[in-house]
Order: sequence, then structure tokens, then C-alpha cells
Amino acid sequence: MDKAQLAEFVKTLIPDSEIRQGKNYVEVTVPSSALFSAAKILRENEGTSCDYLVNITGVDYATDMAVIYHLESVKHRHMLVLKTRTTGRDNPAIDSVYDIWKSAEYLEREIYDLLGIKFNNHPDLRRLFLDSSWGFPLRKDYVDDINIVSK
Amino acid sequence: MEEIIKEAVIGEQEEYIINMGPQHPSTHGVLRLVVSLKGEIVKNVQPHIGYIHRGIEKMCESITYPQIIHLTDRMDYLSASINNEGVCLAVEKALEVDIPDRIKVIRTIVSELTRIQSHQLFWASYGMDMGGQTCFFYGLRDREMILDIFEETMGGRMLVSYNCPGGLMYDIHPNFQNRVKAFLKYFRKVLPEYDAILTGNVIFKSRTIDVGKLSLEDAISYGVTGPSGRASGFSCDIRKHDPYSAYDRVKFNEVLYSEGDTYHRYCARIEEMRESMNIIDQLIDNIPEGPYAVKLKPVIKLPEGEYFQRVETARGELDVFVVSDGNKNPYRVKFRTPSFVNLGVLNHITKDFKIADLIAIAGSLDLVIPDIDR
Amino acid sequence: MQFESIASLFSAFKEPWWKVFYDFSILTRGVDVWLRNLMSPTWTVVTEMIIIGIVFLLFYAVIGLFLVYAERKVCAFIQNRLGPNRIGPFGIFQTIADLVKLLFKELIVIKNADKFLFNLAPYIVIIVNFMVLAALPFAKGLHAIDFNIGIFYILAVSAMGVVGILLAGWSSNNKYSLIGAMRSGAQIVSYELSVGLSLMVIVILAGSMQLSVIVEAQRTGWFIFKGHISAVIAFVIYLIAGTAETNRGPFDMSEAESELTAGYHTEYSGIRFAFFYLAEFINMFVVASIAATLFLGGWMPFHVGNWEGFNHVMDFIPPVVWFFGKTFMVIWIIMLFKWTFPRLRIDQLLTLEWKYLLPINLVNVLLMAFLVLMGWHF
Repeated sequence: MDKAQLAEFVKTLIPDSEIRQGKNYVEVTVPSSALFSAAKILRENEGTSCDYLVNITGVDYATDMAVIYHLESVKHRHMLVLKTRTTGRDNPAIDSVYDIWKSAEYLEREIYDLLGIKFNNHPDLRRLFLDSSWGFPLRKDYVDDINIVSK
Repeated sequence: MEEIIKEAVIGEQEEYIINMGPQHPSTHGVLRLVVSLKGEIVKNVQPHIGYIHRGIEKMCESITYPQIIHLTDRMDYLSASINNEGVCLAVEKALEVDIPDRIKVIRTIVSELTRIQSHQLFWASYGMDMGGQTCFFYGLRDREMILDIFEETMGGRMLVSYNCPGGLMYDIHPNFQNRVKAFLKYFRKVLPEYDAILTGNVIFKSRTIDVGKLSLEDAISYGVTGPSGRASGFSCDIRKHDPYSAYDRVKFNEVLYSEGDTYHRYCARIEEMRESMNIIDQLIDNIPEGPYAVKLKPVIKLPEGEYFQRVETARGELDVFVVSDGNKNPYRVKFRTPSFVNLGVLNHITKDFKIADLIAIAGSLDLVIPDIDR
Repeated sequence: MQFESIASLFSAFKEPWWKVFYDFSILTRGVDVWLRNLMSPTWTVVTEMIIIGIVFLLFYAVIGLFLVYAERKVCAFIQNRLGPNRIGPFGIFQTIADLVKLLFKELIVIKNADKFLFNLAPYIVIIVNFMVLAALPFAKGLHAIDFNIGIFYILAVSAMGVVGILLAGWSSNNKYSLIGAMRSGAQIVSYELSVGLSLMVIVILAGSMQLSVIVEAQRTGWFIFKGHISAVIAFVIYLIAGTAETNRGPFDMSEAESELTAGYHTEYSGIRFAFFYLAEFINMFVVASIAATLFLGGWMPFHVGNWEGFNHVMDFIPPVVWFFGKTFMVIWIIMLFKWTFPRLRIDQLLTLEWKYLLPINLVNVLLMAFLVLMGWHF
């Protein structure tokens, strides 16, 4: 399927999502409560069949945080971008997709460690690089007098 | 720290815990493995990482785009040129700059040479881990030839910072083509030696065949890319599926096996060295003429938006994801590194093997720890 | 000293001085006669024992130094590099420098270790090696103890080395050392069987366990040629089992554990570690010299049938040189093993012994007995 067809197909699968055609890939934005079901549909449906989770990124915007999933299908060789936003910046939480793709274990732990986004139903949500008393460095309001030199 | 060990590792009462600490001759780099054993059998492996976490992604938010390549050099230092290529391609795609052919061909040749030298180091250190310490000297002796070529053209041996947004830092040295051709001629003769010493050795085979099997579904689900994934049958070579630079004009095979055990992960890398040599062969004689760098604005500002570029390093798929808000510093840069995701599968495939197999398996995944920690 | 005793010392040397190298019994008889003239028989025996002890200590030290240096040079030769070449001409004083460094190191005492056993373990391993060295025929007349059950004595004594290793692992109070010692103990005990059986093959061929008789019987040809197929099989099995006995080469899983620790001698530091290290090299020397004695003719020169001229030239070389030449050739082969092959896993090691080497050995013993009965050997 080319990009336009894929966009329409996904819209039929996940009605309450915003589909946008980026320059290279189709972007699907869902609210954070519908994330797990949307991911499951994208994985199990034969037309999309996104069985390879390429990347999960966490981004800190001023008002809330975004989590961006890049999904690829080994069968069809197309890539979809699944985006969601957390509700606010205090105690952000999203459902974990570990049950769908196992590679999410480490990718989500990293986002928890560096940004502070909690993932529900994650098998083992611990800090990864830093120890438990550290803040969340990738946040834009992270202040560290010792390790960061500001001009 | 105690809670971390207790809560995550101990299963039954008979198990005891061994710590293969950050300083260890066999875990290449500062990787700490907390292994829960029952007798000789491994029940659980918990990697503890972060000993070389430098905050590269955070640092990228306060530097300009050409300065990022000096940081990506140091992520997976054995595929330094390929990491740089990823960032450069992302920036060039965002700026919609047309890169001349000469730059693409030279980038491809340098990337393939980088891949060969990374696999040479893998062979050397894997042989040493298995106990055949002679392999270390033979592998590094041959790797020196590539490093000398790099030094002449780029000024550095390992951390070269050769690719930059817009092209290359310097033009290639006049000796470059001859030296690369001489190296190819020499290495093609020497590679069967590697097979004779290690690949065909009965002891080596009995230690690696059927050890640490990774099935195809698991490889896709855990996202294991690179030679480790291709040995399980996961066709994930970005050079084939999403070609960049000059990969769309060369013919080469993607090395795929279906068994997915340690032996085939090892063999996949040896075969990849041969394929890389074929790629260089096709390109080295016809490097097109042209400029070695495109003139970009002195201050590079990417238009607002998100940009995603995938490249194939020696370890697997590296993705560079740039979120830009129009300034000269990126808003967020995320590097999806292959070793980080490959590490996630270590616990799964080492279950119920012996502790000596843990070394064989961890070595065959070819992890570079700065790549994991960034 | 009285004038007569000096005269009697010199009169014992009736032969020209260089004949000593061909028959050391001239020297030993001479010294014996001189000592008996000097003091009472009991004291003679005691003095002789002290002299032999000191000679062996010196020999042990010198051979140990030489072997460590040789290992590094052989290793470098295979790995396409030079090896030690700074300290002394061609680096020959390298081992002495290492030894001095080890002597200066602090002897770390572990808090909860069993101190007596901890200190005892290195000495057991060394004493065992001494006892075996004493029974080897270095040359004609250079044979300290000539039992009529020579081989049996050697096998029995070298088996006691396991005790030292197990004590070292146990008394270190360290679970990794214990694992390493257990593995090492299992490995050595298993390979003792193969060593013993392959030596039995030669005993059958020679008809006696006495080492001097075995060497004399090879005057007309080395056993590896005399007992053709069977002796060659036994030699190969002995080389494999002997390397495994000394925890060397592809069988060093329990000590070169780049996986865990250094095995049973983790907790030893300084000179105690040097004892273990030296003991391993002397053990290798012992294994090689037993191979040289039983399979390659001991101190007998290499004769070929009726080639008188050739044999005469071969006779020209002193037996001592023959013995050490053969031993060092076998040592060189054993060293090549270590630097060429990857390591075997512990269960593969034991599988190799119990499922492959032992049955082959048993069949080989039968085969040799059959050959000897039918007289089908040379």
C-alpha cells in the first residue's frame, strides 16, 4: 500500500485517531488512554501487521510530554509513526506495550529513567542508567548546578 | 543497590548470585551482569548499565548540528563513520540538500571499511574470549591496515569525524584508492586463515552450535537487528530495504541464516566482511569527480518538524530522530542504538545454559557498551 | 681436610673428564667413595640426601625460570610478535624480574580462611612434584631413586597433587575458588585414568615397571616405533590426558576463567602464587619427561637399524642432551596446544574423557597385550 492508502486504512481501523501524512511516513496520533488498544490493533491486523517496534522516543514539551512509537512491518515493509501525549507533566503515565513487543522493556525503562514517564503494566520498571535519587535529566526544567554548565 | 539485586534476581532458594562486575576481561566494556545461578545453570541475567552514561542526548540539545557528529563518534566507537553518516543524512534530508555522487560513493566506501574493521575486532576479541588468544593478535594485525588508511585520509584512527553535514571534512588522500585496493587483495587471502583457525575448529563449534538460540519471532519481537538478528532469519538490513548513500547502485547479498544460534551469529559477521569487500570492489575504481562538500549556511537551522533517519552500523540499526523547533540547536535528539536493544534479549536466550555459555552468547551479540549507555 | 681424602676424590676420576657427560655414574660413584672415606656410612647417606635435595631444588628453580621464559617466547612466536626482549640479552632475565616483583608483594591473609590449610596447600603441590622428579632418569647414572615399581610410584604420587588444589580452593573461604577447585579436582581425577592406562600400554610392551629397565629396553629402538600402532595411539592419548592433568592448554577452564576468577589460586598473592604458578610449569615438565622416557626412549639416542655411521654420530651427543631435547620438544608441543585452541567447557572436558578417551584406552591396552603375545612388535 502506498502512503495515502495506508493512511485511509489505518483511519478505518482506529476511528478516533488523527492521521497525518508526513513527508516519509504516516503519523497516527491517539489519546493516551487509547494507546494500548491502538497499538494492539496495529500489531494484529493483517493489513498493517506492525510486528517490529523500531523506536520509542519521549519528548518533553512545555505543557505535557509526548511519546512517539516508530513501528515497522516486516511483511509489508512500511513504517507507521504512533504518537500520543500524556496528560500534563506531573506524574505522567502511559500504558506499557511490553505485552505486544518485547523490545519495549528497555526502551520504556530508558524513558522512565530520563523523563519520568511511568509505564503501567511494565514487568520491571526500574531506573536504568541513573540511581534512584537522581532527577529526570531530559526534562527541560532539569537543573543541576554541578554537572551542567549554563552560559 | 542491595534492593536492586534482591528484588530483581533471586527466584528460588537454591540459587546464588554471581556478579560479573563492571571491570571484567570478557564483558567488553563496563557492563555489569548480575547472574543468578543454580549450580552451573544460569537462571537469570540482569544487566546493570549506566557506567558510561554521558548524557549525549541532553548535550545535543545545547550544541549546533555540525557539533553533534563529534558526540556520535563516541557512541559506538567501532562504527564511528556510520554513526556520523546517520546524523549527516538526517540534517541533509531536512534541509533538502542534493548531495553530489562523489560524496555518496566515498561515504559508502568509508562505511564499509568501518564495518570490516569492526568485525575484525569482533573476531579478535571473540576468539580471545573463547580461549584462543592467538586470534586477538591476528585480528588486530589486519585491522591496523584499515586504521592506517583512515589515519592518512582523515587524521584519526578510530574516532574520525569525517562525515559532516553537507559532505566530508577533507577530500580523500591521493593514496586512498591504491591502499584500499592493496588491503582488499591482502585481506581476501587472509580471511580463509580466520576460518581455518576458529570457524572450523571442533572445540569452537562444540561450544557455539546450538547455544543461545534465538527464534525468528523473538528476534522481531525483541527488535534484534544487525548480524545477530540476521542469523535468526530476520531480514533487517537497512542497506537493502531503505537504501541511503550509494547502496542503491551496488549489488550485494544480505547474509541470512535461519538457525539463530551463537555459531551462526559469528558466521554472519565473517560473511558480512566478504560482502563488504565486494561492495568496496564495485565502487573503488569509479569514484566520480566533484566537490567533497556542499556549501551550507554557516549556521544550520532545520525547519520545524521531526526527522527520522536509519542507517546500518556494524551492530545493527541505528536511528537518528531529530525534533527541531527552528533554532540552531535541536529541540530533542534521540539515538536508537543497536546494542541497547540487542541487550534486551540477553536474559531470554541465556536461560538454562551454563555460565561458560553466557560468555559465548554475550560475546556473539557483539555489544559495545558506550553504544548502550550513550 | 686430610690429604688422603682429597687424593681419593681425584683417584675416583680415573676416566677422562668429558666421559662424565656420557655416564654420570662415574661422578656419583666418585662422590660416594669420597664421602665414605670422609665420614661414617650413616652420615654419608644423610649428606648424599642433602646434596641431592639441594641439586633438585636448584634444578627446580632453574627449570621453572627457563620454562616461564620459554612459554612467553613460544607464545610470542605463534602470535607473530617478539616476546620479552628488554631485560637481559634476548630478555632471558625477564623471569627473574618477575620473581623479584612477586617476592616484594604483600602476602594477603584472608580473615576467615583456614590458615593452616591455606599455607599448606602450595607446599603440597611442590612437594608432590619433587617426589616425581626424583624418580625420573635424566641420564645414565643421573637417576635419584630407581624403584622396581617406578611407574606405579610416579602415578600414585602425582595423583596427590589434587589434594593440594582442593585444599587451596576450600581454605580460601571464597565460593568462586571452591567452584574452581572442584572443577579442577574432577578434571584431574578423571584424566588420571587415561594417563595411567596409556602408561600401562608401555609397561606391557616393556615387561617391567622399573624406569631404568624401560629405558634400557629402548636401546634398540624407541617404544613409539617398536610398538607401532598401539604405542602411537597411547602417545596421542597420553599427550591429551597429560595436558589436561596439568590444567593447561585447551583444558584450563577452571583456572584461566576469564569468566569468573582465577580459580583455586585466586586468593593467593605474592610468593605463594608464584609457587602454584611454578608448580604448574614443573608439572608440565614432569608430564613431558615421562612421555619422553616411556615413548621416546628416555636418554637413548636415536638409532636407525644398521646405519653404523649414523648411529655413531648420534651416540656422540651426550644422553643428557638427548633427554632434555626430547622433553623440550614435547613441552613445545604442549605449549602450542594452549595458544592455538579455544577452551573446552567443563562438561565437554569430562565427556571427552569418559566417553571417548577411556574406551579407546581400554581397547588399546587389549591391543597391545595381543601384539606382545603374538610377538608382532619390533
